[in-house]
Amino acid sequence: MRKMLASLVSHVFSGVNQKPAMRGLLASLNFSNDTTCDITKCDLYRLEEGPPTSTVLTREEALKYYRAMQVIRRMELKADQMYKQKFIRGFCHLCDGQEACSVGLEAGIRPSDHIITSYRAHGLCYTRGLPVRSILAELTGRRGGCAKGKGGSMHMYAKNFYGGNGIVGAQVPLGAGVAFACTYLGNTEICLTVYGDGAANQGQVAEAYNLSALWKLPCSLSSERIATTQWARLSREQQPNTDYHKRGNFIPGRKANGMDILCVREATKFAAHYCRSGKGPILLELQTYRYHGHSKSDPGISYRTREEVQSMRSKSDPIMLLQERRRNSNRSNVEEWKEIDADGKKEIEEAAQFATTDPEPALEELANYSCTTKKK
Amino acid sequence: MAAVAAGVVRGPWRQVSALVKRRFHRSAPAALQLTVREAINQGMDEELERDEKVFLLGEEVAQYDGAYKVSRGLWKKYGDKRIIDTPISEMGFAGIAVGAAMAGLRPICEFMTFNFSMQAIDQVINSAAKTYYMSAGLQPVPIVFRGPNGASAGVAAQHSQCFAAWYGHCPGLKVVSPWNSEDAKGLIKSAIRDDNPVVMLENELMYGVAFELPTEAQSKDFLIPIGKAKIERQGTHITVVSHSRPVGHCLEAAAVLSKEGIECEVINMRTIRPMDMEAIEASVMKTNHLVTVEGGWPQFGVGAEICARIMEGPAFNFLDAPAVRVTGADVPMPYAKILEDNSIPQVKDIIFAIKKTLNV
Repeated sequence: MRKMLASLVSHVFSGVNQKPAMRGLLASLNFSNDTTCDITKCDLYRLEEGPPTSTVLTREEALKYYRAMQVIRRMELKADQMYKQKFIRGFCHLCDGQEACSVGLEAGIRPSDHIITSYRAHGLCYTRGLPVRSILAELTGRRGGCAKGKGGSMHMYAKNFYGGNGIVGAQVPLGAGVAFACTYLGNTEICLTVYGDGAANQGQVAEAYNLSALWKLPCSLSSERIATTQWARLSREQQPNTDYHKRGNFIPGRKANGMDILCVREATKFAAHYCRSGKGPILLELQTYRYHGHSKSDPGISYRTREEVQSMRSKSDPIMLLQERRRNSNRSNVEEWKEIDADGKKEIEEAAQFATTDPEPALEELANYSCTTKKK
Repeated sequence: MAAVAAGVVRGPWRQVSALVKRRFHRSAPAALQLTVREAINQGMDEELERDEKVFLLGEEVAQYDGAYKVSRGLWKKYGDKRIIDTPISEMGFAGIAVGAAMAGLRPICEFMTFNFSMQAIDQVINSAAKTYYMSAGLQPVPIVFRGPNGASAGVAAQHSQCFAAWYGHCPGLKVVSPWNSEDAKGLIKSAIRDDNPVVMLENELMYGVAFELPTEAQSKDFLIPIGKAKIERQGTHITVVSHSRPVGHCLEAAAVLSKEGIECEVINMRTIRPMDMEAIEASVMKTNHLVTVEGGWPQFGVGAEICARIMEGPAFNFLDAPAVRVTGADVPMPYAKILEDNSIPQVKDIIFAIKKTLNV
């Protein structure tokens, strides 16, 4: 009876801006810390049904996702700062604005599942278990970096995480290969293969679609649609079909709101379940947005306006959207958010400190890891 | 009675003495003639049997038994799971093979010829070769890329290129180039067991050539170490270094020159990368003369690398004449037989180069 009332209350009040007077009533009716949230329905392609249109967000989950997204946001902003200070060289592709994608994708799968992505990888590096200090130290090319300074921004690896890939689109057949190994080894693991708008035009992506469908590989092909490819607007690229979730032809797909972490999570769970059931690959298009330009050489405002970026920040920021969900159901505790903010800030500062003071790799290590001497 | 008694004793004694004799009687094991094709087939078969993580994929490798029949019988024995036909999709299936290797399997990825590997070369170099280094040892890629390389017969320019220099250029890759059946079997087995990406450059014209397989090569654990050359023929006057099919031409040239009193030391490289410079240097320091022979183009080729390294090492001071390279002609391979025959090193070209170096 209590549970019914609680879910009725949260259903009535979730997603709606309640008046201050009501908050007192709600506080007293606060039986559980869970929020039932509505999710935007996904566009479906060749699918009878899609992910659910509502889900439960527990307090623990909310705090966990908030923390992860805040850490990624701060880490990317710190990387931006460090790049300007010339601690980081070469390429630095930031993903701030896309936090809901990395955290949501991770939330929809198991740790034993696999992920591979493009060079815009820092967010997934973190969600896959690499500590911030090892990511930042890799960006600054120090021996404490996760690849000991050998890889840099685009080449960071972890357990069940295959990078970080510099060649646009190359990760897609690789991801299909990881999925192949899952089938071959007879486990129920899947591979999330993440790529961007630009990669969608690569021939090898079409080859990977064909082969995954032919061999029914448990591969969830997730494109992060940011409506720009490198430095150009999507429309300028002259792709006849910009509905990435339909580009697989015979492969089913769906399009989800990539700024809403719950949408991403549920869409990913749906995809993972689909793949695990042996039906083969599935496409997932996440509509998201990156605040920074393509890389550090790109101010990001030659092909879009500052107003557009600002509007996305104020209306669709993924961290803000998560907080709003909790606030709207009066489940949020401002003190908790603040504590997480402070904690995250401290973590990033310590990591940055490490990344700028840790020594560079020893010269004697130059030739290390060219080949492995292990044999079966 | 005595005769019977004698018979009783003599019979067993005969047997015993025959047994004793047998212990000292050595019979030569039956010489096993094996074509290069059969040798690669056997090597793959043994490794597929030994390790379940090994599998073969490529165009026509399964139901058709292989475009050049190198994988004959394997699909019948191991089935769809381990011998996999792919569409004509090199970049796609090479990428899948590399991803599978990253995730713990041990793929053999066949390119119908290495000319088609250019479609997939990004996956071979950027995804396979470089990953162990970029990840500082976290992510090995135990994959074998194999297939016929170099000139065939009448297949013209787009199907005749030698990729030894291209793949040999890249750190992170191992590159092997067998000549005979023993090489082919030992090297494919080593390649499959190696945790690094290995490119095995076979030769279509050698597939049907039979060689006697020594006894030790008939063992299921016979391996040829990657990175070690073999001296096929001892000599004193000149070192002739080669890989793949031209090794046979070098031995023919050596046989002809031997009648003229010139004794060539013929080295079969077996591995392009890492190159066995020690063996080459030791030989040059003995003979004081060097000729390299390859099917590929001259510029930036295998011979060029050998010559450069000789200059950088201890053997340079032992040279009595500049080293000479015998290579394929610096043209895309022509079709007409007379032109094609004169675009790859022939025995007479090798003899000419040797005599020129020796100034005879």
